[in-house]
Amino acid sequence: MAEIAIIDYGMGNLRSVAHAIEHVSPQSKVAVTSDPAEILKASHVVFPGQGAMPDCMRELDSRGLRDAVMRSAREKPFLGICIGLQMLFDFSEEGNVAGLGILRGKVKRFPQDKMFDSSGEKLKVPHIGWNQVETCLSHPLWEGIAQGSRFYFVHSYYAEPDDEGIVAATSRYPFRFASAVAKGNIFAVQFHPEKSQSAGLALLRNFSAWNGAI
Amino acid sequence: MGLAKRIIPCLDVTGGRVVKGVNFVGLRDAGDPVEIARRYDEQGADELTFLDITASSDERGLILRIIEDVASQVFIPLTVGGGVRAVADVRSLLNAGADKVSMNTSAVSNPDLVAEASSRFGSQCIVVAIDAKRTGEGQWEVFTHGGRRQTGLDAIEWAVRMQQLGAGEILLTSMDRDGTKNGFDIELTRAVSDALDIPLIASGGVGNLAHLAQGVLEGHADAVLAASIFHYGEYTVRQAKEYMANRHIEVRL
Repeated sequence: MAEIAIIDYGMGNLRSVAHAIEHVSPQSKVAVTSDPAEILKASHVVFPGQGAMPDCMRELDSRGLRDAVMRSAREKPFLGICIGLQMLFDFSEEGNVAGLGILRGKVKRFPQDKMFDSSGEKLKVPHIGWNQVETCLSHPLWEGIAQGSRFYFVHSYYAEPDDEGIVAATSRYPFRFASAVAKGNIFAVQFHPEKSQSAGLALLRNFSAWNGAI
Repeated sequence: MGLAKRIIPCLDVTGGRVVKGVNFVGLRDAGDPVEIARRYDEQGADELTFLDITASSDERGLILRIIEDVASQVFIPLTVGGGVRAVADVRSLLNAGADKVSMNTSAVSNPDLVAEASSRFGSQCIVVAIDAKRTGEGQWEVFTHGGRRQTGLDAIEWAVRMQQLGAGEILLTSMDRDGTKNGFDIELTRAVSDALDIPLIASGGVGNLAHLAQGVLEGHADAVLAASIFHYGEYTVRQAKEYMANRHIEVRL
């Protein structure tokens, strides 16, 4: 039985993530927690994030959770969501803050001067809504999810990994950016699977059944 | 292919039920909020917006319970508005399972609330709703209190100011068109959307599927919101999406 810890560092509503996992994996024990011991004891860890990355980093540290995140990211099936993906990288342009440095690369803002579609119409930032996710490596978390499925996004920044080899999916707005990354036991998504209806639920079901191997 | 234009059914809620009236009178019962939310989710709604139209303090608990119920069964984004007056109201709605909270009258009476809520919880969850009424050629004024009170604010300038204070989206309703079924005020929608860098949700006046497509194609809306055409089964959300797809609008099917 999976024991899934959703890391709570005071940024945003985590009930949706918990509800969605409980819905697809009723046999799993799901805990929203800010207790490092409970995080370290869990079999699976979800690292969500909402709001601004500088605030997320500050809250994570003020609650003494950095170490539990770093260790979980080395050891067990680990799912980063939204800012939880961005925080895994070295650096973010948002507030020019350092991330956790678990993955090499940086997080950039969608450049307003390039935000036009092919017909010249302005594209809005934040990137809000349902966009297509083109998977570019086979992975247990993509099991049963059709190529080009739409997931729900809400963000103004995106990650640019140094190593293209960790990109698990891309989306286009208007250029291609990494909408999912995967490395060993770590999988992270820029979109919100907990708000992405059947495709998102499939991904969360796959995560709760994942042993961390590729 | 890329980002889809969104279709958002709106549920006006009072006394624990979904209702729909014309110009705020003659409310008709349209059903149980959780049941309706599930139905729209199955039809492919991209988000749901709940507007608490009672919002009297003794009934505040009702909307929180509804949102909790919906959020545990429906896995698409939920926006809740109506009676949001303080940061504590935003927090309790988010904790109940709302993904975004919308503010209207309180944004006008206290713009700092928008700044404070967006810095506390992130712009992504703050929607500012603007009710606008045409006052002249190419001019619209912001109204509050369900369209009853004039503010003297220019709708376009107000929308830009809300973006600067941290709103993540603007929900724009034409008071002239709301409840008429004559279609969006396209000129208003386009003027506001083009002035913004953040997404615009168009509302007010949808009577048929062509109106939804017009909101996107001519009004440059990023999302379209409608209530009555969906509540009484005139059209399903899926029909709306198929109609839009046939007009080369990118939608999630």
